[in-house]
Amino acid sequence: MSTFPYFPHTEEDVRRMLEKVGVGDLTSLYGDVPAEFLRTQPYDLPSAKSEEEVLSIFEDLGKKNVPLKVFVGQGSYDHYTPSVIPYLTQRSEFLTAYTPYQAEISQGTLRYIFEYQSMICSLTGMDVSNASMYDGPTAAAEAMMMGLACTRKKTRVLLSRTLLPHVTAVVENYARFHGVAIGYVECEDGVSSIQSMKDELAVGDVAAVILPSVNRFGIIEDLEGFADAIHEAKALAVQYCDPSALAVLRSPAEWGMDVAVGDGQPLGIPLSWGGPYVGFMACRKDYVRKLPGRIVGQTTDKEGRRCFVLTLQAREQHIRREKATSNICSNESLMALWVTIYLSVMGPEGMRKVNTLSYGGAHCLKDKLLCTGLFEEAFPGKPFLKEFTLLSKVPSETLQKALLEGGFFAALPLGIKVGDKEMVSFTVTERRTGEEIDSLVEVIKNVKP
Amino acid sequence: MKYYDKLIFELSKESRTAFSLPEDKFGGNLSDIPSDLRRKEGPLLPEVSEVDVVRHYTNLSQMNFGVDTGFYPLGSCTMKYNPKINEQVSSMPAFARLHPLQPECSVKGALEMVDALDGALAEITGMKHFTFLPCAGAHGELTGLMIMRQYHMARHDEGRVKVIVPDSAHGTNPASAAVAGLQVVTVKSKENGLIDVEALRDLLGDDIAGIMMTNPNTLGLFEKDIKEIASLVHGCGGLLYYDGANMNPLLGMVRPGDMGFDIMHLNLHKTFSTPHGGGGPGSGPVGVAEHLVQFLPTTKVSGFHGNFAVMMRAYAYILMLGKENLPLAGQYATLSANYIKESLRDAYKLPIDSICKHEFVFDGLIDDGSAHAPDGVGATTLDVAKRLLDFSFHAPTIYFPLLFHQALMIEPTETESVETMDSFIDVMHRIAQEASEDPMILRSAPHNAPITRPDETTAARNPVLKYQDTI
Repeated sequence: MSTFPYFPHTEEDVRRMLEKVGVGDLTSLYGDVPAEFLRTQPYDLPSAKSEEEVLSIFEDLGKKNVPLKVFVGQGSYDHYTPSVIPYLTQRSEFLTAYTPYQAEISQGTLRYIFEYQSMICSLTGMDVSNASMYDGPTAAAEAMMMGLACTRKKTRVLLSRTLLPHVTAVVENYARFHGVAIGYVECEDGVSSIQSMKDELAVGDVAAVILPSVNRFGIIEDLEGFADAIHEAKALAVQYCDPSALAVLRSPAEWGMDVAVGDGQPLGIPLSWGGPYVGFMACRKDYVRKLPGRIVGQTTDKEGRRCFVLTLQAREQHIRREKATSNICSNESLMALWVTIYLSVMGPEGMRKVNTLSYGGAHCLKDKLLCTGLFEEAFPGKPFLKEFTLLSKVPSETLQKALLEGGFFAALPLGIKVGDKEMVSFTVTERRTGEEIDSLVEVIKNVKP
Repeated sequence: MKYYDKLIFELSKESRTAFSLPEDKFGGNLSDIPSDLRRKEGPLLPEVSEVDVVRHYTNLSQMNFGVDTGFYPLGSCTMKYNPKINEQVSSMPAFARLHPLQPECSVKGALEMVDALDGALAEITGMKHFTFLPCAGAHGELTGLMIMRQYHMARHDEGRVKVIVPDSAHGTNPASAAVAGLQVVTVKSKENGLIDVEALRDLLGDDIAGIMMTNPNTLGLFEKDIKEIASLVHGCGGLLYYDGANMNPLLGMVRPGDMGFDIMHLNLHKTFSTPHGGGGPGSGPVGVAEHLVQFLPTTKVSGFHGNFAVMMRAYAYILMLGKENLPLAGQYATLSANYIKESLRDAYKLPIDSICKHEFVFDGLIDDGSAHAPDGVGATTLDVAKRLLDFSFHAPTIYFPLLFHQALMIEPTETESVETMDSFIDVMHRIAQEASEDPMILRSAPHNAPITRPDETTAARNPVLKYQDTI
C-alpha cells in the first residue's frame, strides 16, 4: 500500500479498523451499493503528482494570462491590499474553522463578524447588518426577496437602469424563478429618473425599488425625494453601494433608504478574476426579522463575561426550512474578516485618502483623455468619484486592441452608442500612478481612428 | 485557548493609523463634490496602529478552533484537512490580479484551469458539464432547481411546480426550492432510515418537477433503492437532483450520473478540501447530464465567474491526489465512520444498525444519568457536545437530522489517524461514564473553553448587534 501525505493510514491501521468494523476489505464497505453502480475502473484522470509538479502546472497556466494595468471597475476595483490582511486571514484558526455553531470555541469568528457588522452599519448608516452574503449582485437579489417578504402579496420590484449590468442580470434571474415582475426606473442624462420611478410606482403593486449610489456610469446619483416617493407607495427603498465610496459619500440612511446592499470587494479584496468577494446587506431595525443570513449578537456567559453568539436564528433555513427568509447557509465569512481587517487598517483617515487619491487620479485621467480629441463628455457636469464614462470617437474594438498591446485594460465598452460614438468606461484607483496614467494616454494618443 | 475581551474599536486612539498610501500627486479635492452628495460625518472606524491590528486578530484567532487545531467531526460538513499547497496556488499573482471583465485573450490560463476542473469533476461525477457560478452548496441547489424548472418550461410543461424532498434532507433543500419558486412535498423515511418508495410512488404525478436527494443520505446510509426511485421519478416526467454535500464517500466508487441523477452540485469546500473559512467562501458548482447542458449558460446566479480562487484550490487537490488516491479518500472516510460507530455503540444509542458511509447518527446517550441527577434531568446531546470541547475536540453536528430527538451526527473524514480517532473514542466513553455517574459535569460544561455557555435567550430578546449599540 502506498502512503499519501493527507492520509495517515498505514496497512496495519487499516487492518485493525476493518477488523473492528467486521468486514474483510475496503470495498466490502460498499456492500450496500447495487453492484451495477460500483465502479471497477479507475477514473480517466492524471496520476498523482508531487507538490513541485502541481505548482509548475499552475505557473504554466499563469503564464498564459496577460498581466494588464487595470483602468476598469464596473463592480470590481483594483484597490491596494495591506499586507497584514493575507497574513492574518491565513491564520489556520480562522481559515480552517466552519460556521461558529459552538460559540465557546468560536469566539474569534463571532467577534470579527460582530466587528464587521458594526463597520457595515457605520458605512451605510443602517441599524443592523448580517454576517455577509455571496457577493453584491446576490445581496441585491436577496434585498428583492426581502422587499417581497416585508410587503406581503406585492409582486413587482423596480430596478434602476443605471445599476451595474451584472447586478441587474442576477436580480432579474432570481425574479424570473420566484415569480416577481421586474419594472424599470429609466435613465435620464446618466441618472435614475424620479419621474419614471413615480410613474412606475403609480402602476401599483411595487414591493421594493433598487437604486444605485454610484451608478454604472460612475456618476454619484442625487437621490433627493426618491425614498419619500417609495415610502408613499409603501415599498422598501434599497440602495446598491460601493462601500469604499460610502466612507465619503452620503450614506443610504442619509438618503432615507431602508436597505443597503453591495459588494465588499472594493475594501481591499484582490480582483481574483471575480471571486471570492463578499456581499453585504444592512437594514433598518424594523426589518431585522426579515433580514436573511446569519447575525451575531452580544451576550454574556455564565460568569458574566462578554461573549458573542449567532442570534435571531428563527429566520434561518435550518429552523424554518421552506418558510425561511432565504436559503443561504455558508456565506463569505473569511472575506468578511478580510474587509474587517482592511477597515481597521485604513480607519477613517485611510478611507478618506483612498477616495481622495482615486478621485484625483480619475479627474486627471479624464482631462488628459479629453485633450487627446478622441473622446467627448458623455454626461457633462455630472459628479463622479473614481469611475467615469466618455464617448469614444474611435471604434471600441480599435481602442481595445491598441490598449491590450500596450498592456492596459481600459476603456471598457458599455454597449451603448450615441450617434456613431460609443460609451466607454474608465476607473482610476489609488494603485494607479501618474506615470501609468501618462503612458495610458500616450497609447491612446497613438490610436489611428 | 484563552479569553481575550477586546473589540478593535476599543483599541482606537485618535490619529493612530495603520495604512500605507503613496503621496498625493493629483491634488484631488473631495469638497468639489456637491455637499449634498457627501456624508456629513466620517464613518466610525477604529484608529489603530499596524501592531494593534496584528495583535488583536491574532488574539481573536486564538479563541477559535479549526481543522488545523484538532479533530472536527462535524457531520455533513466534511471537515477534512485543507492542504497548504492549495493556499499557495490560489494566491498566485498571475491569477489574483485578473479583472473579471478582461478580454478572453488575456485570461487564457484562467479559462484553461476552469475547463480542466470542469473535465475532472465531470469524470468524477458522471455529469457532462458544470457551471461554477454558485458560491456555496445552497447556492448550487438554487441554481440546479432553476435548471430543473427551465427544462420543464422549455417543454411547455409549466404545471410541474412541486419538488419532493425527503424528511431527512438538509434544511437548505426545502429553502432553496422555495426561493426557486417551487412547492415542497415531503417524503417520509422508513424505520431503516431510507426513503419510503411506496410513499414516494403516491406523490408522483404530472405536477412533480423532480426530487432532491442526498445519497448517502444525512444518516450516512446509502439509498440502495436509487435505481427504482430514479425510474419512478423519470417515469412520471420529473428530474433527479443530487445534493453533493455527502459526495465524499463515493469518490472513486460511485458516480451520481450513473445512478440516474440529472443535476447535482458539489461542495468544493467539503469533498475537494478547500478551507471552510469560518462559513465561506465556498464553491457549489452545478453539473448536469448531457440532455440539460443547453440550460447551463442561462443561470446567471452570481456577479462574475464564481469563487475562482476556491476553484483553483479544488483543482490543485485533484491534481495532487490523482486517479490513484481519490478512491482512497472515499474508502478511508467510510472506514473511519464505521470504525467510530462500532467503537461507541456500547455507550450511545445507534438507532439504525447498518453499515454507514462517511457519517452516522447516534440518538443520544444510552444512559443519560437522570437517575443520578438531583433534579432528575439527565445529560442531553447538547451536554455531550459541550463536554467534548473540554477535551480539545470540536463537537459533532447536533440535533440534525430531525428524525431523532437527540441526534449526534459524526463525520470523521479520511484525514484522521487511528490514534486521533481512538482518543476521541476514549473521551466519548469517558463522557458517557461521567453522564451515568454525575450528569451535572456535562450539564455545566464546557469548563476549559475561553467562555462558558452563553446566554442565548438574552441575545435574542435584547439584540445587541453592533459596537454602536454598546456605547
